[in-house]
Amino acid sequence: MWVSVAVPFGSILLAMVVGGIVLVISGNNPLTTYQNIVQASITQPGAFEQTLISMTPLLFTGLAAAVAFRMRVWNIGGEGQLYMGAVGASGVGLFLHSWPAPLVVLAMVVGGIIAGCLWAAIPGALRAYLNTNEILTSLMLNYVALQFTNYLIFGSHSYWRDVSSPEAQVFPSGKNLEASGNFPGLSIRSLVIPLGLMIGVGLAFVLWGMIRSTKYGFEMRVLGDSPRTAKYAGIRTRRKIMSVMVLSGGIAGLAGVSQVGDFNHVLDPRGMQQAGYGYTGIIVAALARYNPLAVILTSFLIGAITNAGFALQGPHFPTGLTGTLEGILLFCVLGAELFTRYRLRWRPTREAPSDRSPGTGSAIPQPALAGGTPGGEAP
Amino acid sequence: MIATSHINDSLFVTIIVSAILFGTPLVFAGIGELLAERSGILNLGVEGMMLMGAVVAFWVSQKLGGPAWVVLLVAVLAAAVSGVVLSLIHAFVTITLRANQIVSGLTLTIFAGIIGLSSYVGAVKNLGAQPGKHQFNDINVFGLGKVPVIGPILFHQTAMVYASWILVILAAVYLYRTRFGLYVRSVGEAPDAADAMGLSVSKYRYVHTLVGGALAGVGGAVFTLQIATNWIDGMTAGAGWIAIALVIFSFWRPELLLLGAYLFGAFQGLGFDIQARTNITIPTEIWSALPYIMTVVALTLVSVGSIRRRLGTPAALGVPYIRGER
Repeated sequence: MWVSVAVPFGSILLAMVVGGIVLVISGNNPLTTYQNIVQASITQPGAFEQTLISMTPLLFTGLAAAVAFRMRVWNIGGEGQLYMGAVGASGVGLFLHSWPAPLVVLAMVVGGIIAGCLWAAIPGALRAYLNTNEILTSLMLNYVALQFTNYLIFGSHSYWRDVSSPEAQVFPSGKNLEASGNFPGLSIRSLVIPLGLMIGVGLAFVLWGMIRSTKYGFEMRVLGDSPRTAKYAGIRTRRKIMSVMVLSGGIAGLAGVSQVGDFNHVLDPRGMQQAGYGYTGIIVAALARYNPLAVILTSFLIGAITNAGFALQGPHFPTGLTGTLEGILLFCVLGAELFTRYRLRWRPTREAPSDRSPGTGSAIPQPALAGGTPGGEAP
Repeated sequence: MIATSHINDSLFVTIIVSAILFGTPLVFAGIGELLAERSGILNLGVEGMMLMGAVVAFWVSQKLGGPAWVVLLVAVLAAAVSGVVLSLIHAFVTITLRANQIVSGLTLTIFAGIIGLSSYVGAVKNLGAQPGKHQFNDINVFGLGKVPVIGPILFHQTAMVYASWILVILAAVYLYRTRFGLYVRSVGEAPDAADAMGLSVSKYRYVHTLVGGALAGVGGAVFTLQIATNWIDGMTAGAGWIAIALVIFSFWRPELLLLGAYLFGAFQGLGFDIQARTNITIPTEIWSALPYIMTVVALTLVSVGSIRRRLGTPAALGVPYIRGER
C-alpha cells in the first residue's frame, strides 16, 4: 500500500532535483525559483484565484481524457472538442442574448456540450464501426476544428465575428457576449470561484461515482482492463466505445463553454490555440492515473505551474521554463508508474531476458513480473 | 506571357518549387516517424523534437567559426543529436518502462516545444534577436538550373533537398529490399511472432525510435538553416503534426511520403500563390485544414478489410510489447 503513496511523492521529488539541475546549468538558483513559483501561484495576493482560473479548463480536459483513457479509448481530440464547445456556447450565447441570464447560461452549457459530443462522435463512430484508429483521427480533427474557428473569426464574416466596431475592422475579433452570457462566480470574501470550476469539481465526483458503482462504469472498467472478457461477457463493445467517446467529447466541450462563459466572453481562436488545454489535459489525466478525483489535484498542480509561468515571466523565468519543468515532472511520474504496477525484485543478470533494451535499459533493475496488471494503463 | 524564358516563373513551377521548400522538413521528420511507427512506436513528440533541432542547429551555426559547409554540417549533426536525446527519453519511458506512448509523446512535445526547452534555450542564449550567419543555398547542379521546368525543380535545390531525396530512396530500399527491413516490419506487425523468431523487439524499437528522433531534429534544422534565417519560438508552427498526418496519409510507405510531403507543402503556399496571380480568393483556413481532412479520409478508407492488410496501420502500433501477454 505504501508504494502507491511513496512513488508519486518520490517522483515529484526526483523531478524537482532534475529540474534544479537544469536551472543550475542555465544560471538560476533552483531554491529561489521554486520559492517564486509557490509565491506566484498560491501565497501572493490574488495568485490563488489566478491558479483557480488556470486550473478550470485543465480540470475539464483532464476529466475528458481520464474517462476515455480509463476505457482505453484514446481520445486525444480534447483540443478540438474544446474549440467546438466554445463555438457552440458562444453561438448560443450570442443568439439568445435577450433571454434571462440563467436560461442563457444553461443554454450555453447545453450548446457547448452538444457541439463537443458531435465533434467527438466522428472519431468515435469511425472507431466503433469501421475500426479506424481513433488516436490518429481525433488528433487530425483537432486541426480541422482549429481551422474552422479561425475561419469563423479571421476568414469570413460569420455570425461569431464582430463586423461593426472600427477596431474589429482592422484586427478581426469575435463578437462580445452580452452580460446575460457572462457566467456568475461564487464570491467567498475576496475570492471569486468561477462557475466552471464548481461544475468541474462536481462533475469529477459524479464521474468517480459512476465509474465506481454503476453498471455503466463497471462495464467501462471491464472493457478497459480486458477487452476479451468484455466480449465474452456480452458487453456491447461498439456502443460502449461510441458512448464513452461522446461523453469524453461533451466534457471537453464544457472546457470550451467555461472559457467563453467564465473568462473570455468571446470566441478567441488564437488564445485557445496558444493555451493548448486539450493536450495538457491528457497529461493532467495521466498524472492522476485516470482517476477523476485525483484529476482535481493534478489540474491544480499543473494550473499552478502554468500560472506561475505567466506571473514570473522575465529574464530569470523565460517562457520556455514552464513547459520544461512540466515535462520533467511528467516524465518522472510516467517512469515511476512502473514501480506501482510491478513489484520489483532483484535477480542475477545472466537470467535477464533477451528482449531487454540495450544501453539505458541495463541501468535500471530488471523488474520481475509479479502481481499488478501488466501493460495496461489501468490503475 | 508564358514564353520559354518565363516558364520558370509560371504558377505551375512556382508552386512546385515552394512545395519542395516547405515539404523538405516534412520529408525528414516524416521518414523518421515512419520508421518508428513501422517498428510499432508512435511518437507524438515530433513537433517538440523538430523545434529542439531547429534551435540547436541555429545556436551551433551562430557559435561556430570556419568554412560555411563545415558549420552547416556540424549544425545539422547537432540537431540530429538533440533529436536522438529527446527520442531516447520517449524510447526509455515507453519501451523499457512500458508507459503509454500517447502520453509520453505529448509530454515530449510539451517538454521540448513552444513553451518548453526549445524556447528556454532560445531565451537563455538570446537567439531570437540574432540574424542568421549561415544558411543552405541553392546548388546549380551541372549548370542546369535555368533549363525550362525541370531546371528549377530538379537541378537548383539545396543540399538538404538532395539529401532528403537520397533518404527516401534509402528508406524504401531498407524497408522492402533488406532483411532488417523485413524484420522491423514484422516487429511492428506481430511482435510476438518476431520475438519467437529470435528478434529482439526492444532493440528494433529503440533503434528506429532514435533514428526517427534524429531525422525529426534534422527536419527542424531545415527551418532555421533554409526556410527562415533566424530563430522564433514555435517557428515550426505545427509541421511536426503534419509530419505525423503525412505518415498515415502515405500508408507508411516512404515513396508515397515524398509525394505527400510535397502535396502538403504545396498547400502551405498555394493559397497565396493562387490569390496573387488569379484574384481567386480561397480562405487560407481551408488550405490549412485540407491535409488533415484528407488524412482522416485516407485513414478511414484503409480501415476497410482487404485494403487494410496491404496498406493499413502497423498492427502493433502504440501497443507495448510484453513477452507472454496475449
